[in-house]
Amino acid sequence: MHIQIEYYLILSAFMFIVGVVGVLTRRNAIVVFMSIELMLNSANLTMVAFSSYLGNAVGQLFVFFVMAVAAAEAAVGLAIIIALFRNKLTINIDELNILKW
Amino acid sequence: MNIYDAIFYLFAVVTGLSAFFVVTTRNIVYAAFFLLFTFFGVAGIYVLLGADFIAIVQLIIYVGGILILLLFGVMLTNKITSVQIKTGTLQIVPAAVGVGLFAGFLIAVLTYTEWKTVDTALPLTTTEFLGVMLLQEYLVVFELLGILLLIALIGAASIARR
Repeated sequence: MHIQIEYYLILSAFMFIVGVVGVLTRRNAIVVFMSIELMLNSANLTMVAFSSYLGNAVGQLFVFFVMAVAAAEAAVGLAIIIALFRNKLTINIDELNILKW
Repeated sequence: MNIYDAIFYLFAVVTGLSAFFVVTTRNIVYAAFFLLFTFFGVAGIYVLLGADFIAIVQLIIYVGGILILLLFGVMLTNKITSVQIKTGTLQIVPAAVGVGLFAGFLIAVLTYTEWKTVDTALPLTTTEFLGVMLLQEYLVVFELLGILLLIALIGAASIARR
C-alpha cells in the first residue's frame, strides 16, 4: 500500500466538516438529515481505514453496528419529520419554534 | 503513481465533491442524488481498504434503504404542485465560527499525531471472521441491535401513522 493512512483521515475529516456545515446552516430538516448521514459515513470510513492499517477486522464489525443504528435513526427521524409536517405544514427548522419560550 | 493510487484519488474526489454539493445545492432532490454518489464513493474506498462485506452492506443499507427513505421524506413533506422544493440557509456567521474552530482542531490533531500502522495485512476476505465474531464474542450486541431495529420499526410506524 503506497497511500498513507493520513489520506483516508483527511478525506474523512473533510466529509465530517461538510456534514457539520450542513447541520448548522441548512434550513430544511431533510437536508440536515442527509448531513448527519454524511457524518456517520465519515466516522465509518475512519474505522475501516484504521481496521485495514492495523490488520484487525474488528473495526469493520463496529462499522456494521453503526450502520444498524443509523438505519434505526433514519427511520424514526423521518417518521418524526412526517408527523411534524402533518401538524405544522412545514419542515423548515427556523419555523418549528414551538419549544422556544 | 500506480493504479491503486489512481483509484483512491478517483473515489476520494467523487466522494468529497459530491459531499460538498449535498450541502451546497439548493434543491433537495439534487442533494439526495449527490448523496447517492457519496455513498458509492465511500463503498469504493471500502473495497480499496479490503472491507468487501462492509462495502456491500453499505450499498444495500445506505443506497437501497436510507436514501430511498430520504427520498420518500422529500416527497411526503413538499407540496408537489408548488415550487417549495428549494430551500435556503440560516445563521451563516455563528456556523462559520463554530466550523472554523472545529476544523482547526481536527487539522491540529491530524498534524500532530503519529498514527500507528502495522504491516500485517488483513485476510483477503473478512466476511468469515465478521460472521464468527458476530455470533460469538459480540453476540449480545448483535441481539441488542436486533431489538433496537424492531423498536425503531414499531416506533416509526406508530409515529408516522398518527
